[in-house]
Amino acid sequence: MTELRELARKLLSDGQVKVVIGYEEGPRGVRPLFATDGAAADRLIFDERCVQNLATYLDRRRVHVARLGKPAIVAKPCDVKAVAGLLRETQLKREDVVIIGVRCGGVLADPKSLQRLGPDTMADRCRTCETREPGLVDYLVGPMPEAVRGQSGRDAKIAELDAMTPEERWSFWQKELSRCTRCQACRQVCPLCYCDRCMADKTEPQWIESSPHPRGILAWHLIRAIHLAGRCVDCGECERACPVSIPLGLITRKVAQVVAQRFQHHPTDDPSVPSPIGTWRSDDPQEFIL
Amino acid sequence: MEKGNFEPRITAFVCNWCTYTGADLAGTSRLQMAPNIRIVRLPCTGRIDPVFVIKAFERGADGVIVSGCHPADCHYTAGNYHARRRFAILRELLIFMGVDPRRMTFSWVSASEGAKWRDVVNETVERVRACGPFEGWRSLGGGLT
Repeated sequence: MTELRELARKLLSDGQVKVVIGYEEGPRGVRPLFATDGAAADRLIFDERCVQNLATYLDRRRVHVARLGKPAIVAKPCDVKAVAGLLRETQLKREDVVIIGVRCGGVLADPKSLQRLGPDTMADRCRTCETREPGLVDYLVGPMPEAVRGQSGRDAKIAELDAMTPEERWSFWQKELSRCTRCQACRQVCPLCYCDRCMADKTEPQWIESSPHPRGILAWHLIRAIHLAGRCVDCGECERACPVSIPLGLITRKVAQVVAQRFQHHPTDDPSVPSPIGTWRSDDPQEFIL
Repeated sequence: MEKGNFEPRITAFVCNWCTYTGADLAGTSRLQMAPNIRIVRLPCTGRIDPVFVIKAFERGADGVIVSGCHPADCHYTAGNYHARRRFAILRELLIFMGVDPRRMTFSWVSASEGAKWRDVVNETVERVRACGPFEGWRSLGGGLT
């Protein structure tokens, strides 16, 4: 913790950055902190409750953050993958951000629960995550955590759904999606949903109905998954932000499994690895094509 | 309508250079095929956005065909390779969300393969007929009845 605060202080006092985007203790748990001076930098923390992916604030269209000046960002391995995604897709220049990587042994499924991090209390996505130490960083802080691993309930659920009939899967998803209010929190929180004008907001023609109607809801979640295929870094923010607890992680995870299996692509913190969509191989599997 | 006893409505998204020409050949060759398809001609399979398929189902299609040039034959060099990746993902996603895989047909049909197009259409119509009307998506409302 002192290591992180001292580094943030130094970066700010040297003028290397104007703001350090990190985490602080808030009245209702850990919240994002935008530290612009040394006093604020002393409030920085990092522990297993720091679930948020702050890379979403690197989008220059978030003018209130952009206005603060050049940022440094405290980033877990999955967050660094999101920064790499922005670099890969030329949404960000490497010299425009300082990355303070934190070694991560996983975060809590419920950060407000005050539980200790263990195989059962860990967020599901962390149970299958292999990355303890992020690459691509300017600075690396924190102790090397021990590898706590657990069984992924999400992968088990996907296998269970795969074994169902199409009608059963359809009713499972219609039941889950019926709660969707189209608040678009899943889009707003996603570090890789950065389009100036989202397809879901277009009206001429209107591809995706904007009202919380079952038809528009289904189209939205399908298109969201398609547009994130091979780009999703599995930071879990969409599911966390969802006010009605739709298991969005199941959808993104399923697509990630397909992408990994068919195109041998896994989320990476190396921006030079091309995205699987937008590239191709002449010997891509095509067993489904007549 | 009962399963196996209805006329499926099938939307076919085809590329201009291979499958559309192949379908045209099937027609000029007087090949008999099921009249259940509505063809939408696009420049290339690479132009077929996954949202087109979603829209077709929304508007009451019971099945969808996506067809274009064989690999290495694309008029634009690589459009079909891009499409192949895209539709591989879309197909598995739709299956995961509960669409019967028999409702989706993907094929390569070249300009000279009129007979293959006839077979693709006939087989798709029979598969979709066996599935029955797509009440799931249609019951979400807004489609043609």
